[in-house]
Amino acid sequence: MDKKTTTGALIDVRGLTISTKHRTLVSNFNLRMNPGDRVGLIGESGSGKSMTTSALMGLLPEGVSASGSIQLAGHPRNLVEATDRELQKIRGKDMSMVFQEPLTALNPLMKVGPQVAEIMTSHKTVASKSAAQARAVELLGSVKLPDPARAARSYPHQLSGGQRQRAMLAMALANNPGLLLCDEPTTALDVTVQRQVLDLILESVQERGTGLLFITHDLSVVANVCDRVLVMNNGQVVEEGDTGEVFSNPQHPYTRGLLAASDLNATDADGRLFTVASAASYIPPLAEAQPVVEAANAEISDLREHDQAAGDTAPEVPSLISVKDLTRIYPVGRSSLFGKRSEVHALKGVSFDVAAGQRFGVVGESGSGKSTLLRILAGLDQPTSGSVRVAGSEVAGAKERDLVQLRQQLQIVFQDPMGSLDPRMRVRDIIAEPLLVPGQKVDSAKHRKMVAEMLGSVGLPADAAERFPHQFSGGQRQRISIARALICEPRVLVADEPVSALDVSVRAQVLNLLSDLVDDYHLTLVFVSHDLGVVRHICDNVVVMNEGRIVESGTTEQIYDSPQHAYTRTLVNSSMSLRNELALR
Amino acid sequence: MGIRLLINLARFVVTYVIATVAVFLFMRAIPGDPAQIALGVNATPELLAKTRAEFGTDRPLIVQYFDWALGLPTGNFGTSYVTRQDISPLIVDRVQVSLILVLLAMVLALAIAIPFGTYAAVKHRNPSGIIVSGISQVGVAIPNFLAGILLVVVFAVGLGWLPANGWTPPGEDFGDFISRVVLPVLALASVQGAILTRYVRSAVMEVMNEDYLRTARSKGLGKLESLIKHGLRNASIPVLTVTSVQLAALIIGAVVIERVFVIPGLGSMLLDAVGNRDLLTVQSVVMVLVAITLIINLVVDVLYTILDPRIRKGA
Repeated sequence: MDKKTTTGALIDVRGLTISTKHRTLVSNFNLRMNPGDRVGLIGESGSGKSMTTSALMGLLPEGVSASGSIQLAGHPRNLVEATDRELQKIRGKDMSMVFQEPLTALNPLMKVGPQVAEIMTSHKTVASKSAAQARAVELLGSVKLPDPARAARSYPHQLSGGQRQRAMLAMALANNPGLLLCDEPTTALDVTVQRQVLDLILESVQERGTGLLFITHDLSVVANVCDRVLVMNNGQVVEEGDTGEVFSNPQHPYTRGLLAASDLNATDADGRLFTVASAASYIPPLAEAQPVVEAANAEISDLREHDQAAGDTAPEVPSLISVKDLTRIYPVGRSSLFGKRSEVHALKGVSFDVAAGQRFGVVGESGSGKSTLLRILAGLDQPTSGSVRVAGSEVAGAKERDLVQLRQQLQIVFQDPMGSLDPRMRVRDIIAEPLLVPGQKVDSAKHRKMVAEMLGSVGLPADAAERFPHQFSGGQRQRISIARALICEPRVLVADEPVSALDVSVRAQVLNLLSDLVDDYHLTLVFVSHDLGVVRHICDNVVVMNEGRIVESGTTEQIYDSPQHAYTRTLVNSSMSLRNELALR
Repeated sequence: MGIRLLINLARFVVTYVIATVAVFLFMRAIPGDPAQIALGVNATPELLAKTRAEFGTDRPLIVQYFDWALGLPTGNFGTSYVTRQDISPLIVDRVQVSLILVLLAMVLALAIAIPFGTYAAVKHRNPSGIIVSGISQVGVAIPNFLAGILLVVVFAVGLGWLPANGWTPPGEDFGDFISRVVLPVLALASVQGAILTRYVRSAVMEVMNEDYLRTARSKGLGKLESLIKHGLRNASIPVLTVTSVQLAALIIGAVVIERVFVIPGLGSMLLDAVGNRDLLTVQSVVMVLVAITLIINLVVDVLYTILDPRIRKGA
């Protein structure tokens, strides 16, 4: 190999420290990769993992500086000290990068082909512009895009999320770099697509002998892709080693905590998910143990027995939510002046019942109609036809005035804890807002007391009431959202992907909290998510949605253990759990 | 693309027709009989009746409306009640003057704003960028008549390089036209340029934070190269929006500059007509302005579709 230097390493990072004027973001980072190595860099938000990759690429934001040494094969210079002009020759040629969000990472005004071709023309690795274009089409074909010539002529918005990420990968691999950096490349993708893209990345780097540095918060993805892992926390690598070794025998408490919190198949003695705090008693999965998956499933069924009792008697209990033949059609802009308006059928005849006290999961990928369903349930949108009864009141066709009653019975926790809280309101006012129902007297003293109680039950300190949302972390904000939803003592709590924007360790805490509150407040839970693992843990009944229809419904066990519909099978097989990935290694 | 244009054209016609009705009714709602105003308080009833017949204001409103509105597309605006002159040739003259003035000013303003705004964005942490940004802030605060007067004081009165005011059509004497048009265009463009610089700056700064610029850098493109190749076209979309709004506002907004430099533009004509209670002229000028605004919107919409593939339907 001509890429070898005297040391033989592909990249050798020593003592890399990244800091702003005021604080150190990453300290003493060391990494040595040989050609073809696949290394995972694991960490939660704020751990410094993205800063580290930016430093490797020499693309640190303004005001952030790095020290230490980065040696890349074939380049005698320490990259930390190299000028931008020198780095330009390396970026995209000897090392390249795939980013998290494929829609925003591609220029929306430029066709995909030219964007792929550009990386070759700018490094002059091809003879001419037309050769670059031809090569771009070939590359798009090599990442298994159907009809690559057409993809090359398309704009990014005309491709799906998975296709865009494939195009990004084609771009990154165009000059056959020795090192490929992937920063959460599949986090923004749907479950079934995630698996395909991961397989493609793995296949591509193995074929070319490319070194892969894979940055993610998702441990099961790392277990699937990487030989070696580095675990980062607060700017420091706390543990490093062979993937199987680290995951089955974690040395550092943080690694153990992260593993415990990510493992949705494992619960502690009370049937709750492990958190970083309770991780000491967590038994990590063994890399060699094959049947662990089955064992874990059995374990879960046992633990859920007492919950299940309520679910089994469901037919006798009158249903709290009853949805019949629900359809929702959105008109979209007409494509010709006199032609018919085209329509999007978001829901195509959806029917289900939720009994009081049930934990009802709605699973689906983006575009499945689950968000539309949720909006209609909450009275935020009106169905085109069909009926929705929630706690005795009909939602379909109801006027805003009539929905007051519904809003007291049904409350929502939204996905994005950053966007769903008014940044200019104090937490006290945010939580008390559902109490300001027209026709009810405002009793501030009583409200204050109720807010204090709610804060207590979601595990926030009492002084949180006087603060503003931006002063809280993502997990704390989601607790505020939950407090707001529960203050008017609704009978139904709808949770729309409540943990998908949260870090793994926080996710477990919020899920435990939700679980406890559902019991304490005798709530009926409707839990919408794309994450099968999370739904499996928290719900006792599940419906699977695809393209506006419910393709399968049943108890959680039925759906996960013996899926009947082809789509459900694909979904279950594509979803990754830590134990499965380790067992499959 | 073609469909979108057709829809836009249809929208243009409908909007214009609605505007004619609105403008016509508003003008009639103003109290006062044009014949009475033209003749004064001492006019005899016979004379009034005769004048009304002459103006056509004795006919039913609906007839008057169609008489006026149907003349618009053919460029026939009718005869002024005050000056008793045909309005059309006057408007054609004035529109030419205003369009030349405003378009030149806008082109110059963009020529200032795009490079300076981009510079201020790229160097937003450096003193040089902050200075450019500061100057543009000052420019925004200066009213354009003040800029005009300052220019006259320096270049016309002080240095005597250029005439202080007046207007020569370009077809008549091109050299004289240039010498008279420079100062008013500069006065308009300096303020517009400052305003647009700020918009260009914020648009470019926004784009600089976009992921696709990071992608471009990770491909090995230089800072400036990636901004020019990937950033500017994206930044041009919000700038285009502001430019179109400013352009429409400037056609009438130039009236102050027209007064300072004694230029016979559309804005001056409108103000004079309002002062003289010359309703038909006001009505006609307003309709010309509506047409210009709608045309600007139409052109801008076509430009959007060219710039942004996401807008193109069926694509």
